[in-house]
Amino acid sequence: MMQDLAISMLYIVYAMGMLLTVGALLTWVERKQAALMSDRIGANRAYVRIPFTQVKLIWLGLFHGMADGLKLLLKEDFKPKAYDRLAYSLGVWLAFVPVMLVFAVIPFGGTLDPGRLLPPLAEWFGGRTYPMQIAPINAGLLVVFAFGGISIIGAMLAGWSSDNKFSLLGALRAGAQLVSYDVVLGLTVLGLVLVYGTVDLVGMVQAQSGMLFGFLPAWGIVYQPFAALLFLTAAIAENKRIPFDLPEAESELISGYFTEYSGMKQGMFMLAEFIQIAIIAALFVTLFLGGYNLPWMDDRGFSLPGGQTIELAHGWVVLLQVLTFLGKVFVVCSLQILVRWSLPRFRWDQLLAFAWRFLLPLAIANLVVTAIAAWALG
Amino acid sequence: MNRQRKPYVRPKYWNQPRMGWYEKAYVFEVLRGLAITGGVFMRNMAKWISGRKGALTTYYPEETRPDYAPANRGRHILTQRPDGRPQCIACNMCATVCPAQVIEIDAAFDPDDAAHPKYPSRFEIDYSRCVFCGLCVEACPEDAIRMVRQTPDFPGSDRHHMWSFKEELLNWQPAKDVAKPYPVAGDGSSGDKP
Repeated sequence: MMQDLAISMLYIVYAMGMLLTVGALLTWVERKQAALMSDRIGANRAYVRIPFTQVKLIWLGLFHGMADGLKLLLKEDFKPKAYDRLAYSLGVWLAFVPVMLVFAVIPFGGTLDPGRLLPPLAEWFGGRTYPMQIAPINAGLLVVFAFGGISIIGAMLAGWSSDNKFSLLGALRAGAQLVSYDVVLGLTVLGLVLVYGTVDLVGMVQAQSGMLFGFLPAWGIVYQPFAALLFLTAAIAENKRIPFDLPEAESELISGYFTEYSGMKQGMFMLAEFIQIAIIAALFVTLFLGGYNLPWMDDRGFSLPGGQTIELAHGWVVLLQVLTFLGKVFVVCSLQILVRWSLPRFRWDQLLAFAWRFLLPLAIANLVVTAIAAWALG
Repeated sequence: MNRQRKPYVRPKYWNQPRMGWYEKAYVFEVLRGLAITGGVFMRNMAKWISGRKGALTTYYPEETRPDYAPANRGRHILTQRPDGRPQCIACNMCATVCPAQVIEIDAAFDPDDAAHPKYPSRFEIDYSRCVFCGLCVEACPEDAIRMVRQTPDFPGSDRHHMWSFKEELLNWQPAKDVAKPYPVAGDGSSGDKP
């Protein structure tokens, strides 16, 4: 159907633009937030000069991301002498693409009714409505884990094919770490599946739209606070950032499995890492923070506890939902950056022990308690 | 086999960290750490938003620190006679004593000035190599070169722009503390009378 295609293309363009922008922006956020956390100023020297004038735009150092990208694009594409050509070039894409693909099943807004949004096109759309999600799959959560698994292959291929002992060690570590923490990630989310009775992410978010006892938003973090903590921990470990950055430990392994990549290929790994921050934040928001929901808000507007209702036009509701989702994502991104610049790193044995002997039993205990509670409460 | 290997005993240190269940639970201590760093972040963020600077850093070329010592050895100046000629007699003592060899002087002859016929036609200092030791000031017999509190301020991307020339060194206009009065030509005195 042309209508479905048009809406899907719109969503895809939005998702790609949003993710790449957020990924680039997060490099700036990371620099600035780290600077503020340690009483510094942060990068603020790159500028764009308006042609024919002496006006230099600095904009709080926002152009440093552009400078980085330009540098990476113009650098020599240095390749190791003995490398597996196919796997070497495939590794980058297998690390980068699945991260982007995860966003296909994440609902970034409520239900879009294009006919109401654009009255001239109402006839063409014929009253069709679309959930704001690129791929309306009713097994969305499974797709998330499937793509998460593919990015492990990317890291391992990259490390193995570049014929370097540091890369190989990094790849081995990446494989062991990602597999370990994937188990924890899956088990924590199972509690939510029990609570909501679905693996459809749209259904999960819709289930979180109400209020609990009249004042608590019925978000996943209220039902499953423990699972939220475990999920965030395991997800940061999945992203291989500092408290868990053993696969790319700079002090031991140069930069781990992508040591032998240079120029924009290395930049792709870095960009994938930054986009994954946003993806993790989006997943956390979807599963635990009510997605696009605000307290007392539904698809028509606000219905405040005093019996008061505020009707909003459909366009404003859509905009508000999208912005709410983005705002929550940014808060969680900032939290991840706070964690990355605060906590010291684990040792390798501690890392695996933490996953298997600490997080996994807790996740199972959480699951058991949730299952008993779900059974008892019917 | 009598090669009995002794079992490894982990050494005990006096400052062995002792962790109770609270510390071993990770979460509480992690939250405490995050609260500390997050607090610093929030405090600095509030400062930036309200227009104050949330850091001690000085934006160097745009901003200089106000708290240099009064006796700070900063950039050089050449003192002048009342008529504006340099007090320097191009004796090359400063250039000789300079450990970094950054002073370059060309001497010239001035027939109009009977008391000080030798003067520097060129006096240049390379600040990319100057170590600011102050030996040139101590070596000068005429009190012609001094160092002032202010820094040279030569940030740049090119070392060839870090030279200071005679015009710049001479553009210090003291309101008081004129070094020496200019002797009346031909009276034979050494010039140390006021």
